[in-house]
Amino acid sequence: MSARLTEPLFSHESPDAVIAYRGATAVSAAQFLADARHLAEWLPAGRHVFNVCADRYRFAAVFAACLMTNRVNLLPSTYTADVIERIAESAPDAFCVTDDGRCDIDLPRVRVAQDFHAAPVAWQVPAIDAAQLAAIVFTSGSTGTPLPYRKTWSRLARCVRASAPRFGLSNGGNSTLIGTVPPQHMYGFESTVLLALQSGSAFIAERPFYPADIRAAIAAAPRPRVLVSTPIHLRALLCGDIELPPVDLVVSATAPLTRDLAQEIERRYGTHLVEIYGSTETGQIATRRTAATAAWRLCPGVSVEVGADGAFAQGGHVEQRSALCDVIEKIGEDEFLLRGRTADLVNIAGKRSSFAYLNHQLNAIPGVLDGVFFLRDEDTPGTAVSRLAALAVAPGWDAAALVERLRDSIDPIFLPRPLLLVDELPRNATGKLPRGALQSLADKHLK
Amino acid sequence: MAPPAGSSFIIRSMSDNASLVQQDPVGLRRELATLFVEALNLDVSAEDIDPDAPLYAGGLGLDSIDILEVALIVSKQYGVQLRANSEENQQIFRSLRHLAEYIAVQRTK
Repeated sequence: MSARLTEPLFSHESPDAVIAYRGATAVSAAQFLADARHLAEWLPAGRHVFNVCADRYRFAAVFAACLMTNRVNLLPSTYTADVIERIAESAPDAFCVTDDGRCDIDLPRVRVAQDFHAAPVAWQVPAIDAAQLAAIVFTSGSTGTPLPYRKTWSRLARCVRASAPRFGLSNGGNSTLIGTVPPQHMYGFESTVLLALQSGSAFIAERPFYPADIRAAIAAAPRPRVLVSTPIHLRALLCGDIELPPVDLVVSATAPLTRDLAQEIERRYGTHLVEIYGSTETGQIATRRTAATAAWRLCPGVSVEVGADGAFAQGGHVEQRSALCDVIEKIGEDEFLLRGRTADLVNIAGKRSSFAYLNHQLNAIPGVLDGVFFLRDEDTPGTAVSRLAALAVAPGWDAAALVERLRDSIDPIFLPRPLLLVDELPRNATGKLPRGALQSLADKHLK
Repeated sequence: MAPPAGSSFIIRSMSDNASLVQQDPVGLRRELATLFVEALNLDVSAEDIDPDAPLYAGGLGLDSIDILEVALIVSKQYGVQLRANSEENQQIFRSLRHLAEYIAVQRTK
């Protein structure tokens, strides 16, 4: 006997349980089911669905419709023409589902209605085949061409269910999840859409952007409420002196938060902050209460092994043993510390460090608001040792004193020559710091 | 969006001149241009910003992180909270001129 293994589409037990909020309107699990069934019949032929709906409810309803009809959601991290072309090549049946009339993605496109009010259907929560391929996500491509990672439904569902207790969401307490991250990004996909579906919670359809939008979205959401966000938005809230209505939990991911910022968020907003560590390849694999500890606790079933060739995650919901991009120091069976990114290794005169480590030391100095190390372009004579430079935003500091302070934590060989004080770092659209931009800013200051 | 740790949203302290309340649209526009060039570290001078060029990519080339920073500037400096869901939002960011006109009407300080 081989009973087919399944996982439910969602864990809401009552048809009246709220699964989403669209503006001020609560959407019941029964309505969501009806909308998804309606979409399932409406979707054109083709198994691969490029679901770019910006509205989280439309995204989730399309995702559910795909699950019910054995279709696969394609979730690339960027929509560049190259990426679209690759998708079209690898999946000739792919089509795009959008909720934006201005969408110009070069694939066959269909546009979902702005509002759904599908007629009720029989209340039966769909049981989705556990082994069904639910999504293909793609790594961001900073290391080259985007690589696909296949996600089966059981792993996605189990992953968020296993982690839900970390966010106090295990008992179907019907929390409201407010996401500032898009549903297509692995973090937003897991921590808003999937987490709501699998913990009996509700997400809000909108994606607040400005601090005032975030405040309004929180105020409108029934408690308990959870803000699912990123360091960049959290900083904007703090720097904008934005007062928030009570928020029961803040979740952050995409880049490590400093303990200071985490403590400030908790103090200012009277809340708890849980940070997630993960990657597109693995999904979330660990969490920590950043204000209290630097140690990451692994998600149930996931293990990390550290060897000469780096750190790897496997087990639990992780589909295949995956290399992690960070230097990891295990401090127990299920805990670890991050010690910088491997891609960031820097080697000077036989000594090795990482930019992430150096940057962390610089940013940890009180009064340093932002800072970065980089390797300068130099017409160095053959024997000269390459040196690092650093740019720092640190009102009130002078450069020499800052370098002296760094000496406390950094091997002298890595001390910046020079360290330049600037008003702002040249971050690009994704918040990253292209080395060319650092170099030209440094050149400008050195003139 | 994958912002790294330590990204800055701190607005520079404003010069004495800039903090004087500007009532005329041209003065306000110039003041905004100066604030943006300083806070966003734009590689243009304030006088060179075309008041009718779009602020987003293609015009002044601001991205979503810049726009968040712009929101902080106008909230701190003029007491105006930008909102994404307002009908006016598309309009506001059409150009520096539109933004200045919006702020002139909405400002509380």
